[in-house]
Amino acid sequence: MLELHQLEKRYPTGDLALQGVSLKVGSGEVLGLIGPSGAGKSTLIRCVNRLVQPSAGRIVLEGQDLGQLDSTELRLARRHIGMIFQEYALVERLTVMENLLSGRLGYTGFWASWFRKFDGQDIEQAFALLDRVGLGGMENKRADALSGGQRQRVGIARALMQSPKLLLVDEPTASLDPKTSRQVMRLILELCEERGLAAIVNIHDVVLATEFLPRIVGLRAGGVVFDGSAKEVNRDVLTSIYGDEDWTTITQRMHANVAPQSHSKSSDFASTAV
Amino acid sequence: MSDSRIQVGQRPFRSWAPQPFVANVWTRWALYAGAVLYMVLAVGSVEINWARMVLGLDRGWAFVQGFLYPDFSSRWGDIKLGFQESLTMTVTSTALGVLLSIPMAVGASRNLAPVWIYLLCRGFIALSRTLNEIIVAIFLVAMFGFGPFAGFLTLTFATVGFMAKLMAEDIEEIQSSQLEALRSTGAGYMQVLDFAVLSQVMPRFLGLSLYRLDINFRESAVIGIVGAGGIGATLNTAMDRYEFDSAAAILWVIIVVVMLAEYASGKLRKLIQ
Repeated sequence: MLELHQLEKRYPTGDLALQGVSLKVGSGEVLGLIGPSGAGKSTLIRCVNRLVQPSAGRIVLEGQDLGQLDSTELRLARRHIGMIFQEYALVERLTVMENLLSGRLGYTGFWASWFRKFDGQDIEQAFALLDRVGLGGMENKRADALSGGQRQRVGIARALMQSPKLLLVDEPTASLDPKTSRQVMRLILELCEERGLAAIVNIHDVVLATEFLPRIVGLRAGGVVFDGSAKEVNRDVLTSIYGDEDWTTITQRMHANVAPQSHSKSSDFASTAV
Repeated sequence: MSDSRIQVGQRPFRSWAPQPFVANVWTRWALYAGAVLYMVLAVGSVEINWARMVLGLDRGWAFVQGFLYPDFSSRWGDIKLGFQESLTMTVTSTALGVLLSIPMAVGASRNLAPVWIYLLCRGFIALSRTLNEIIVAIFLVAMFGFGPFAGFLTLTFATVGFMAKLMAEDIEEIQSSQLEALRSTGAGYMQVLDFAVLSQVMPRFLGLSLYRLDINFRESAVIGIVGAGGIGATLNTAMDRYEFDSAAAILWVIIVVVMLAEYASGKLRKLIQ
């Protein structure tokens, strides 16, 4: 459903962040993007919805070349691409409900959004999503009153409010504790499965990545150096992505995790299907 | 023994002092000496006319006495009129200035505006902030004649520069990830402004507007002196006529009103935040 062809990004400073990345993501496929800091992971997913303007190459989402769109067309295309951020990127002074509804801005006129008169369906969906991510009853809290894990769940719900076909997830667990990280990863995976969403997940934590994400792509210095199933990730692969290091502990922990794809429905969140 | 810690009773053999700002000893002392010499010469160049100062003391004393016995009654009509003019000038110029400062602030924020608009808006702000209110007032009085209209324009011009500069700084400091998040939902430019920018800068915006309101009242008294109407013009007239008691009454009115305005705006600002 998503195809990247020879994607290249050179920043005005001259840094070449991406050099000829080609990638195919199937419908409903969830893909983990790993690599050292500065390898171009963030740049790559920001090129997909053109928050970053690629210098060369093509981005094709369901047959539509995103690189060719003018600003209005781009806005319309972005509605189908949800994004989840590392530091949650919630508007802290707004309520949880307003943050969720901001996911519908692309479908709502300016004056309607100015007076916060959103479509009844959108509001219904927002309540249902809040219940789904385990934040029922929190709609009138301000975003800055929530804990990190709760904020990230609001961030996830906001992305899903867009009814996206594709999710771009940028380091969803980087600011969370280990337990909350796992809950958040599990939630994202469950929601992708429920809705048949494709997703690209940038993630630092190799153990977490190989446990939850069936397909792993390794990025190094702006190029793809590994693309395979999570089971294939071993010492040599890690060395090719990150460079020399003693990987024993990490690989041991990875193999200790049983079959990567099977994660049971969590009891951490109320699992009302939306 | 590789233990390099100093034993008890043993003298340390290495010393450390912070590095002087100017490394060269001679340059350093030459700079100090130069500074002192300049001070001495500068003080020496000020001409002090002691006889004129004694004369001034007398007048000053008359003024202080007038200040203690302010005369509100004999010029009350003028004071009222000047005060009304000042207040009108303050409120109208603040309202218009604040309104105009919104697009100017957005234009002057590097994270929201393209370069050419940014430079244009920053240029205007720089102009507005370099020119002191009095200079602008003199210029505008020459253009539009004596009276509060020139004052209104002056204060509006100054308000736009002040508000836009401070708001732009605030807008540039909001987290870029929130702008990204809103853009990535497919929200339009105005919607991004509403949700990501306005919601974050609103408390400060209201606070600054109230602050500017009481600055404008104070300024309206000052620019009146160069002919831009208001209570300042009344004060100037009283001084020109050596009516220190009336001048004192005007000053009292200004002081009381400024204090009230400051108190009220402080209260309001607390209420908002």
